[in-house]
Amino acid sequence: MQDATAAALEVRDLDIAYRVRGRDRQVIRGLSFRIGRGETFGLVGESGCGKSTVALAVTRYLPNNGRVRAGGIRIAGEDALAMDAAALRRLRTRSISMVYQDPGRALNPSIRVGQQVAEVFEIAGVPASERMDRAEAMLERVRIVDAGRVMSRYPHQLSGGMLQRVVIAMALAVDPTLLILDEPTTALDATVEAEVLDLIETLRAEMGSSVLFIGHNLAVISRMCARVGVLYAGTLVEEGPTRDVFAGPRHPYTVGLLRCLPQAGLSKHKTRLDTIPGFLPTSLAGIRGCVFAERCGLAQDICRAEEPPLIPVSEGRLSRCHFHEQAPDLPRSTPPAPLANRQKTQAFRPVVRAAGIGKTFGSPTAPIYALRDISIEIWPGETLGLVGESGSGKTTLAKLLLGLTAPDPDGVIELNGQKLAPVATKRQPAELEALQIVFQNPDAALNRSQTIRRIISRPMRKLGGYRGGKLATKLTELMSHIRLAERYLPMRPRQLSGGLKQRVAIARAFAGDPRIVVCDEPTSALDVSVQAAILNLLADLQAEQGVSYLFVSHDLRVVRYISDRIAVLYLGRLMEIGPAEAVFLGPHHPYTESLMAASASEEAGGSLRLKGEIPSAMRPPSGCVFHTRCPRKIGAICEEQEPALIQREGDHAIRCHLERDQLGRADARP
Amino acid sequence: MRLYRAILYRLMLAVITLWLLSVIVFAGCQILPGDVGRAILGPFADARSVAALNHQLGVDRPLLVQYWSWITGMLHGNMGQSYTYRAPVAPFIGHALLNSLKLAGIAFVLVVPLGILGGVVAALRVNTWVDRTIVIAGLSATVVPEFVSGIVFIMVFSIWLRIFPLTATPPSHAGFFTTIYYLLMPSIPLFMILFGYIARMARAGMIEALTSDYTRTAVLKGLTYRQVIWRHVLRNALLPTITVIATQTGYLIGGLVVVETLFNYHGIGSLIFAAAKAKDFPMLAAGILVIGVVYVGANLIADLLYSALNPRISFGGRE
Ligand code: SF4
Ligand code: SF4
Repeated sequence: MQDATAAALEVRDLDIAYRVRGRDRQVIRGLSFRIGRGETFGLVGESGCGKSTVALAVTRYLPNNGRVRAGGIRIAGEDALAMDAAALRRLRTRSISMVYQDPGRALNPSIRVGQQVAEVFEIAGVPASERMDRAEAMLERVRIVDAGRVMSRYPHQLSGGMLQRVVIAMALAVDPTLLILDEPTTALDATVEAEVLDLIETLRAEMGSSVLFIGHNLAVISRMCARVGVLYAGTLVEEGPTRDVFAGPRHPYTVGLLRCLPQAGLSKHKTRLDTIPGFLPTSLAGIRGCVFAERCGLAQDICRAEEPPLIPVSEGRLSRCHFHEQAPDLPRSTPPAPLANRQKTQAFRPVVRAAGIGKTFGSPTAPIYALRDISIEIWPGETLGLVGESGSGKTTLAKLLLGLTAPDPDGVIELNGQKLAPVATKRQPAELEALQIVFQNPDAALNRSQTIRRIISRPMRKLGGYRGGKLATKLTELMSHIRLAERYLPMRPRQLSGGLKQRVAIARAFAGDPRIVVCDEPTSALDVSVQAAILNLLADLQAEQGVSYLFVSHDLRVVRYISDRIAVLYLGRLMEIGPAEAVFLGPHHPYTESLMAASASEEAGGSLRLKGEIPSAMRPPSGCVFHTRCPRKIGAICEEQEPALIQREGDHAIRCHLERDQLGRADARP
Repeated sequence: MRLYRAILYRLMLAVITLWLLSVIVFAGCQILPGDVGRAILGPFADARSVAALNHQLGVDRPLLVQYWSWITGMLHGNMGQSYTYRAPVAPFIGHALLNSLKLAGIAFVLVVPLGILGGVVAALRVNTWVDRTIVIAGLSATVVPEFVSGIVFIMVFSIWLRIFPLTATPPSHAGFFTTIYYLLMPSIPLFMILFGYIARMARAGMIEALTSDYTRTAVLKGLTYRQVIWRHVLRNALLPTITVIATQTGYLIGGLVVVETLFNYHGIGSLIFAAAKAKDFPMLAAGILVIGVVYVGANLIADLLYSALNPRISFGGRE
């Protein structure tokens, strides 16, 4: 029976292995932690650290080849590992619920949403006549407007944010003792993420559930969890109150992780990001000492010989490090000074100039303006950051520049002053060579059946006309620029890690000496330590070769770090464009302000939180397209008249009716 | 509204496909034989009677005129005169089509449920001996050509064991069960080839659905295994299988030619085969066109069924 005083979750000396090709591969070793009633605990770590395996084990949903070899899991005092099928079902019905990453896949595509929520009540034994009403009430509780209508929808008819609310509604319907959240907002836009996190926080406080929050985003964890455990290679390396751990980490891995993040105020011109050298160990079997020793800048002989225990470092804090006192002084693994800019020539014209380009989909009677009247310039050696929620037109703009879709006829795109053909197939080889792209997902972008050598040398041959010895020299040169060891050349993409694959994709983009590279969320699929290395690489290449970037990203910290100027898009309109620091510090557009509020970690809401979702481009709001969500809306004028994009000071332009001193600024926020 | 538009669009595509087919068939039948009258009357007939016959058959008119009268005839159900039998083609085709549908129907009635069942069972017991047996059996059955398996069956069951008749054609006035008895063995080679395909599709769909996030959601809700499978897994898992089944009608028609000939059965396959050998072009053209109609119709039905079962297709559009 359940014990109301027992901890919500107690994990003790957990050891989990997967059986792969007849061998046990250990993924979790000696993991212990405890979540008290009503407590929020975060488990943070990079991909491959085993954090999702913990969630699977707690819900007893390990795949067939996974096995708990030792240790115990107790949920509300009950031994979860000893349960038979019936007891396990009871546990799942009443005590634990789970929300995971992609809400679009967590719901059954062929069953109406209402029925799926009602099913939870069915299992809980609610009579058939009440289930649908209870389901609707639950949907209202997760702040779904028009819940009655949503009930009769299929999942594909709802947006990601809405779906995640439905999943949360199902998870909280039975008032579980323990709520497990596995990267619940990773697939969502920053503004939607902020809303969903708010919602989880409020409901949790109301219901008093305990939370196990699993994630890689340190900012999100620090906002949601009172305590945090840092997981590295299946081992808990540090634990303590979240605020203390992140403010003064005492394990070199935590220190390294935090240093990888582009902090506010950092920029590629001032300092390179620190990275964590090396890779996650491929097998835990042979490690006798500290799991982090291979990558640790403080490692001594004792570290390789003797595994450190979890050492209490202060009240409620533990660190698994022999030298936890020195951890804050971990030496940098990369030199801090950015490369000297070798290509500091005075440019007299932009590399790329787009004037009045737009993109209209749909029929002439029902046009959908994906992008409307955009004019931008990108100068040699500079990075233009492009931000906005999904649906704002970021990707469409990138596609137009690349010629992947043709813009509406009246726009002009120029490369080095020469007018470009609207589609890539009509462009000259030299133009194609000059305009390259790096995608978010290197897997989709790299041909899986080809070797790295083939992938990289193909554009050299096709676009640059290199052959034989010249090709080999050029290849070697490029590999050293990209800092990719030549031993990878004969391998195929699947043999490489995500970060290395992205390096290959970058190498391919740089194979033909490009003038501008469109980077479409190039690091959003990567771990922070890998992201830091890729950002450094991009900055170094820019300093060395004077290349320009159009950098599309939803991560404002990354954009701020890498960009010289920033353009903000909303519903296909350019809302603001200007120097990065000016855009960030303000006075800035109310939309920019809201985006920043959503991404700010510590802020728990406030009036600036964006409400609702981006309207459909099919029916854009009248007047200022942002007026339906604008926290600073003036009144009727915003609904009736579209403001012009007006130069405020220098080359900082904002599309808003507000005067300069009425606009928000970063330092004015609490 | 979208649904009706989609249906209309598919119907249009079907009509265009059939029209193209008719052109190709017609062209093929015109170009290949050279002189139809000569082909019918043989090399020793005198030129005047050949010309007279050509005139009687209408093959001396301009091609476009011929095509027009042929295709309008077709549309009115008038399929022309058979060269071989000197009689209207339509009754032959109708009779043969009915026979073929019986044979194909039995094969389908057997293979669809069993194939799906095999796939589902294999997926539920994935990587066990049950799974391997089903997969390997399906795979090996698929690679045996139907004339090989057909001949083996005839030798074993008809000649050696004498359990089944040699021919597939039941005696006239045979009852329902007798007909099935006669058709059972000929349908087995077809069954063997299709079973592997269907089972493989069903298995893949099941495995995908079983490892999906929504199945995990269902399990973690606390549903029983049975409820999870019936409510959440099966429907999503079997959707793609439906399309495969429909596209297999194309294969089935090819298989029918072989099986019908082998088992001496008067179906559309053997009819076309005979017509091609005898250079009976009206019969050949009509037969091929009818098969085209059946094929296009089956695909149309599959499309509609798929969209009826899949909410993502029938309504479309996001909120
Ligand atoms: S124990 Fe040694 S190797 Fe491990 S983290 Fe501490 S200093 Fe580094
Ligand atoms: S014009 Fe009005 S609605 Fe639009 S951003 Fe400015 S204040 Fe907000």
